[in-house]
Amino acid sequence: MSRKPKLGVFKFASCDGCQLSMLDAEEHLLGIAGQVDIAYFLEARSHIDAGPYDVALVEGSVTTAHDAERIQEIRRKSKTLITIGACATAGGIQALRNWHDVDDFIRYVYAHPDYIQTLKTSTPIADHVQVDFELRGCPISVEQLVELITSVVLGRKPRFPNESVCMECKRQGTVCVVVAQGTPCLGPVTHSGCGSICPAHNRGCYGCFGPKENAQPLGLLRDYQSHGCDQRQLVDLVRNFNGYSPEFREAVEQFETSISSDNA
Amino acid sequence: MTSGRLTIGAFVSIDKDQLQTLLECLQQVGYRTIGPQVRDGAVVYDDLASVNQLPVGQIDIQDGGHYRLEADESAGWFDYVVGPHSLKNFLFPARETIQQLTLQDGSWASTTPEVEGPPLAVIGVRGCDLNALKIQDRVFLEGPYVDPHYQARRERLFVVAVNCRRAAATCFCHSMGAGPAVSPGFDLALTEFTDRFVVEVGTDRGGEAMKTVPATLCSVEDIQTAKDVPKQLEKQMHARKPEDGHPQPRELDTTGIKELLLGNLQHPRWDDVAERCLACANCTMVCPTCFCSTVGEVTDLTNENVLRERTWASCFTGDHSYTSGGVVRPSVKSQYRQWLTHKLASWIDQFDSSGCVGCGRCITWCPVGIDITEEVAAIRGEDI
Ligand code: SF4
Ligand code: SF4
Ligand code: SF4
Ligand code: SF4
Repeated sequence: MSRKPKLGVFKFASCDGCQLSMLDAEEHLLGIAGQVDIAYFLEARSHIDAGPYDVALVEGSVTTAHDAERIQEIRRKSKTLITIGACATAGGIQALRNWHDVDDFIRYVYAHPDYIQTLKTSTPIADHVQVDFELRGCPISVEQLVELITSVVLGRKPRFPNESVCMECKRQGTVCVVVAQGTPCLGPVTHSGCGSICPAHNRGCYGCFGPKENAQPLGLLRDYQSHGCDQRQLVDLVRNFNGYSPEFREAVEQFETSISSDNA
Repeated sequence: MTSGRLTIGAFVSIDKDQLQTLLECLQQVGYRTIGPQVRDGAVVYDDLASVNQLPVGQIDIQDGGHYRLEADESAGWFDYVVGPHSLKNFLFPARETIQQLTLQDGSWASTTPEVEGPPLAVIGVRGCDLNALKIQDRVFLEGPYVDPHYQARRERLFVVAVNCRRAAATCFCHSMGAGPAVSPGFDLALTEFTDRFVVEVGTDRGGEAMKTVPATLCSVEDIQTAKDVPKQLEKQMHARKPEDGHPQPRELDTTGIKELLLGNLQHPRWDDVAERCLACANCTMVCPTCFCSTVGEVTDLTNENVLRERTWASCFTGDHSYTSGGVVRPSVKSQYRQWLTHKLASWIDQFDSSGCVGCGRCITWCPVGIDITEEVAAIRGEDI
């Protein structure tokens, strides 16, 4: 590319953690700033370029009518649209509302419920516009973000292995917490990318990077259940940052049905 | 007491504490010593500065998807068996830079990094793993394409093997002709007794390393007693019966296995296992013979500095069979079938041996306990 690609970073319903990961890419930031034109990134600079953009990085999910319109406009102005993080890709932790009545929450939480304007659901960006690439994670990994931007600058495919968290555990020599300790872990059904941080610290994986290809969460949940894990805790383990992703959602719904039929 | 270098085939007896002397001798001549030790509830391989780090008095209870260490009064220094790590982790590391490219004045300069660091001495290598080493040797060192990094590490490797006197329920080396007795290929081999080790010298390097370790030559009877230790275990393994409350002991009938598996590519069992298998790839990662890797380029933002990196890969991913036309094995069924038929059948055509040494790692470290011996038995049409 002769001209520097124009990058916009946009926020929807989210905790800003993924954008912070960008600012966290300290040693790479200068290099990135030299190679891309950061045209819109409110978290980092007040300068606003109204677009169009070569690449839009979108953080967060759609939870308001205004956001549902805004994402259409961003899509219209952007050649490539990339979602970053679990909120943008799967609805995020705020998608927990999708299984309940949001009006109840509003009544319990806010002194003046009538001030709150929100949709009944938190939905991923891909439910609204076409998404060209999804960068997984809650939050995203700094290394993967730098690789993504590098690939955009160089006009090549990003190098993200499509594999389980378990492969990262084994490459690092981490002892499996399921096998050696009986701790439930979502690693076998979760996309790699985090560097299997949780198992390396003796915790099960929480599924931050969402379902991997051919994910079979239902089988995993049933196996953990047959080894004495609490059913409710297993549901909560999956119904998490990526709980609203189709693979996790369907598995938990079927798992819950099997619980209620067991109890019946 | 012996003095001077021991010859190949010599058997000597050493006090247990003298294993520390051997370790120090190896360190003094420049080896990085690696040995079994407990980490996060399992026996792993890592730097072994002292024999005090060994999991003395511990045994491992292994079953499908299950591993627990237990203290056992009768256990000696090496009565646990294999854990999740193997020699593969050291000779064929999970991640490695195999080439560096730099753009200088419009042209690429390429360098191949040398293998750095001291040579490795690994203590506690079992019969199964010694056979796995020989299989990986065939993969990386034979034929027209020799892997220089593997070769550099392998040529300098010092192996202190151990004859197993206890097996886990997941061990089935006896079925694969790969153990429990260690076969040639070690520098030194230990057989454990209550108060001493019998040390067999396998190479001149081994004899040299024993030079300053206080030892007594074994009598003919002593040698026989030592040789009987793994033989006794092997007999027991052949006679093992399921016992109430104990994990089922494994075995694998290898009669006509190539024809059996390749002749049953449409067996309904593949669908059955695909329902249970998560395609998480743990089995391939822990298997001491699995050798698949992928090579990719890591570039910086300027595209002027490129690292070519080799990483462990697995047939349990779509990427593994990605070709210009798409993914050849997209389903879990086709991936599991690839793993099993390669390991036990087509490996024979490719490398003149089975790809399985019966170490049982793939059974233990499969999070849902899928059992290679059970799958083969099912395809054979036996009751399971
Ligand atoms: S700890 Fe979790 S992610 Fe790691 S190998 Fe075990 S199941 Fe997989
Ligand atoms: S498979 Fe055989 S050689 Fe390997 S650890 Fe078990 S008993 Fe020992
Ligand atoms: S296939 Fe399983 S039992 Fe055989 S060598 Fe590999 S890990 Fe060991
Ligand atoms: S057999 Fe077990 S370890 Fe191997 S991919 Fe399937 S679930 Fe994972």
